[in-house]
Amino acid sequence: MDPKKTFLSWPVVRQVRSGDFLGRGPSVTSAHTRELAPRTATADKVVQSVCPYCAVGCGQRVFVKDGRVVQIEGDPDSPVSRGRLCPKGSASEQLVNNPGRQRKALYRRPGGTDWEPIELSTAVEMVAQRFVESRRRTWQDRDEHGRPLRRTMGIASLGGATLDNEENYLIKKLFTAAGAIQIENQARI
Amino acid sequence: MQDLSNADCIVIQGSNMAECHPVAYQWVTEARLKGARVIHIDPRFTRTSATADKHIPIRAGSDVVLLGALIKYILDHELYFKEYVVAYTNAATMVSEEYRDTEDLDGLFSGYDDAKGSYSQQTWAYASSDGEDDETPGTIGGPAAGHEHGEAKSARAAGDEHGSGGPALEHARVLRDETLQDPNTVFQILKRHYARYTPEMVADTCGISVDDFEYLARSVTENSGRERTTAFVYAVGWTQHTLGAQFIRTAAIVQLLLGNMGRPGGGIMALRGHASIQGSTDIPTLYNILPGYLAMPVAGLHDTWDEYLAAIGNKEQKGFWANADTYAVSLLKAWWGKAATAENDWCFDYVPKLTGAHGTYQTTMAMLDDQVEGYFLLGQNPAVGSAHGRMQRQAMSHLKWLVVRDFNMIESATFWKDGPEIASGELVTEDIQTEVFFLPAAAHTEKSGSFTQTQRMLQWHHQAVQPPGDCQSELQFFYELGRRVRELLADSTDERDRPLLDLTWDYPTDEHGDPDAEAVLAEINGRHLTGDQAGRPLSAYTEMKADGSTDGGCWIYTGVYAGSVNHAADRKPGREQDLTALDWGWAWPANRRILYNRASADPEGNPWSERKRYVWWDAEQGKWTGHDVPDFVPDKAPSYRPEPGTGGPAGLAGDDPFVMQADGKGWLFAPKGMLDGPLPTHYEPQESPVQNPLYTQQSNPARKVFPRKDNLWSPSGDSPGADVYPYVFTTYRLTEHHTAGGMSRWLPYLSELQPEFFCEVSPELAAERGLENGGWATIVSARAAIEARVMVTERMTPLTVTGRTIHQVGLPYHWGVGTNAVVSGDAANDLLGVALDPNVQIQESKAGSCDIVPGRRPAGEELLRLVAEYQSRAGSTVMTSNELRTGHPESTPDTREG
Repeated sequence: MDPKKTFLSWPVVRQVRSGDFLGRGPSVTSAHTRELAPRTATADKVVQSVCPYCAVGCGQRVFVKDGRVVQIEGDPDSPVSRGRLCPKGSASEQLVNNPGRQRKALYRRPGGTDWEPIELSTAVEMVAQRFVESRRRTWQDRDEHGRPLRRTMGIASLGGATLDNEENYLIKKLFTAAGAIQIENQARI
Repeated sequence: MQDLSNADCIVIQGSNMAECHPVAYQWVTEARLKGARVIHIDPRFTRTSATADKHIPIRAGSDVVLLGALIKYILDHELYFKEYVVAYTNAATMVSEEYRDTEDLDGLFSGYDDAKGSYSQQTWAYASSDGEDDETPGTIGGPAAGHEHGEAKSARAAGDEHGSGGPALEHARVLRDETLQDPNTVFQILKRHYARYTPEMVADTCGISVDDFEYLARSVTENSGRERTTAFVYAVGWTQHTLGAQFIRTAAIVQLLLGNMGRPGGGIMALRGHASIQGSTDIPTLYNILPGYLAMPVAGLHDTWDEYLAAIGNKEQKGFWANADTYAVSLLKAWWGKAATAENDWCFDYVPKLTGAHGTYQTTMAMLDDQVEGYFLLGQNPAVGSAHGRMQRQAMSHLKWLVVRDFNMIESATFWKDGPEIASGELVTEDIQTEVFFLPAAAHTEKSGSFTQTQRMLQWHHQAVQPPGDCQSELQFFYELGRRVRELLADSTDERDRPLLDLTWDYPTDEHGDPDAEAVLAEINGRHLTGDQAGRPLSAYTEMKADGSTDGGCWIYTGVYAGSVNHAADRKPGREQDLTALDWGWAWPANRRILYNRASADPEGNPWSERKRYVWWDAEQGKWTGHDVPDFVPDKAPSYRPEPGTGGPAGLAGDDPFVMQADGKGWLFAPKGMLDGPLPTHYEPQESPVQNPLYTQQSNPARKVFPRKDNLWSPSGDSPGADVYPYVFTTYRLTEHHTAGGMSRWLPYLSELQPEFFCEVSPELAAERGLENGGWATIVSARAAIEARVMVTERMTPLTVTGRTIHQVGLPYHWGVGTNAVVSGDAANDLLGVALDPNVQIQESKAGSCDIVPGRRPAGEELLRLVAEYQSRAGSTVMTSNELRTGHPESTPDTREG
């Protein structure tokens, strides 16, 4: 006989002792179930964040274990959202962990029919070279009246509404210094 | 946001708040639980309507008639808040005698130029009290701005510059008649302008019954005044029109007349759709502005530093924009550091100059003309999300190189192999010479930084984990790109490279090479550069100087890093604070939560009522105090009166609450700034089955059109062929998806919840066209044909407009054609053409004309033939619906053939 199994572990005794008279609650849970705990309880740390979807700015709590996001929940401290998240905000754990997410840089050559893998650093260097070359080729120093323009109309950008303020700041700063003016984002749309 | 719970009545119009901003909607629910009345005005019945006291269906694009009739109702019944209106608005201000209204000129304001298709705003100016030192009595505007025609202003989307206050005036020496009786007062002009906006006109134009209008008018006026306040809430249902900015202006007039601005439970709440779309406007990734709504300079207008300074803020105008020189110098010092000196005008020459509109749609057309070589897409999917998806994809196939930075393999990254134009044979993969780089992006959990939410509040999100694989933040990518570009140019002696080489570009990085976002925030905030405070952060933008002794990348954000503390990361729990919650995040400007809150007190500084107490003058302490950061000079007494002619903040009287306006008043009539008229007036959308019932002028005469073969329109109103596209379509969002789907259609959870593109039609329209619930329909516009599953629902209401039935079709726009997402489908935005609001260059995507027929659309060449057959039957040419001034073909701009 299993030494752990005593009179006290008899089903009917378990039911009475735990108040689970219908036998559908704790008296019949398996060892596996008893050992389960929410991912939020076993996380190494909780980080305060903000929902990345719409502009309401709901507070999020990001639960991290072993360097990985394991759960994202609403932050009850937020005076704006008071702990609530909508379906998108509630799905944001899948936004960051979804297996379909692209994690590698890819390259499509002119006329190419498919993607090719590329080293990230190579890709960034190629972009920098193209940036400099396109800027040189399309540079406009002055308009037809001789007034200063100091710009390129050969480089454009779209995006920013999903990015951080600090990121938008560096984007605008770099592009403006380079003379690229066709810098736009969703706010125009 | 929380302040909505203080409202006694909430009108939600142009927004489906319960589904698109569901968590914010809890504050509407709170208000309703406290007894507030909630009214939803929208073409569709949605969950917002279901939880409101009343849903009022409206024909898309007719909002100015409804709100204009509300203005007339308020004036006719003398229900305006008299003391507020006289003291705080420009109702009593006199307008130039040269001004002519749309009522006088059949739908045009004075100053319209047929050849330019835009207005000169000179005759809209305030009458001036002294003509002696003005070249043209009655005109206003800085030395440079005074001569700028509306066409040029529109090109630089000058409306956008007013994101933090009104336009510059040369001075504020205005004539006023506080009895409001002079025929040239704004008040009397307003009365005449809206005289024909009757409840019957509303019924005939919007499809709203007289009873429903009375209900709305009574609800709003009975819930406004000393004791009560009404709030308006809108989203892109108001902005995405060829007179979108005027929709919001109409609501602003209503709210100023009722005394609801600057008060708790009042105001106009803009519900924006992206986590930092407000931030990306404040610190703009936009062509026409610099951080803090400073204008990008324009060749010919701002060639010199002095011309630029005169245009952005005149020292003689009232309010805080008079100090624009300190904001501009601090920005240039932040960017070019030691290289920026008084001698070289702070490197003003380093800033590139605009020569016209360089918005995203003009850029798309420039791509088609092979003028753009390289394009960066940063978390945006124009192949699906921008108007005229076909034009977007065609344009990208002309690029030399394209960089897509996203989480997922979005349709804009794969148009060259699986886009609709490959399927139709219009594009061939092997022929597309565009080099494409896909660089994976880091998520919000993988980087630190701040988002600015819809109510101007910055909230910091802390990095939780490292980005996986090659994923990088934009901060790291752009820092790295800038570093490499500067390296490539390091030996350059070319003067054009100086702005890049002199740029301040050294940020501390972590061991992974990711720059410290807080260091960037500190630069945005600004610092003292000299004296014993050198190196310390500025605590307020009022500390900025124009002598080079301060820097700061975005003046309206100054204070977010005051005392070297990141206030965007302030996180005192809401339950430990009052509703205003000043210790959670940081709102620009100066952590102020309600703008112009001086107006919550009467001219003497006392709350208008105990019930609506918010900010007031504490006479004993000699300062303003209350539940929020007062939006006023802290110790300026209500009785203060400046010497006549005083400019800047000192020029504001103690009862001038609109401190960013050049005359300190809320503008019922906009003497400057709005490019399509000083007062909102109704025009039909660019394409509309309805003839404008008010004027011969059909559509906004100042709108931006692009007559091109690839951008055709349905004939409108009574024109022959209009019946080929007899229905109105409008696009919208669902709760479970996000814009073009880049952050939702790749998630199995969300894709399962909303798997497929559908269209909403009424049972009556379904019967008329033989559409079956759950079956397929093909929707055809003058640009494209798409297919969708049919949802037959009473949520769509047929409306009776000018004696005939108008059916509307609802189209969620989240899907796109590709092979990588969990769910895909035709893109609703393919139906749209490109026609823009002149103030902000935003496209009209909330009202278009279409036909709908049962069954799936054809594929390949047959699809193109279907679209062409419709165009031919309607007789659509490049001129169709593109006459800016109705009946005057010469007003149509001469643009390139597409």
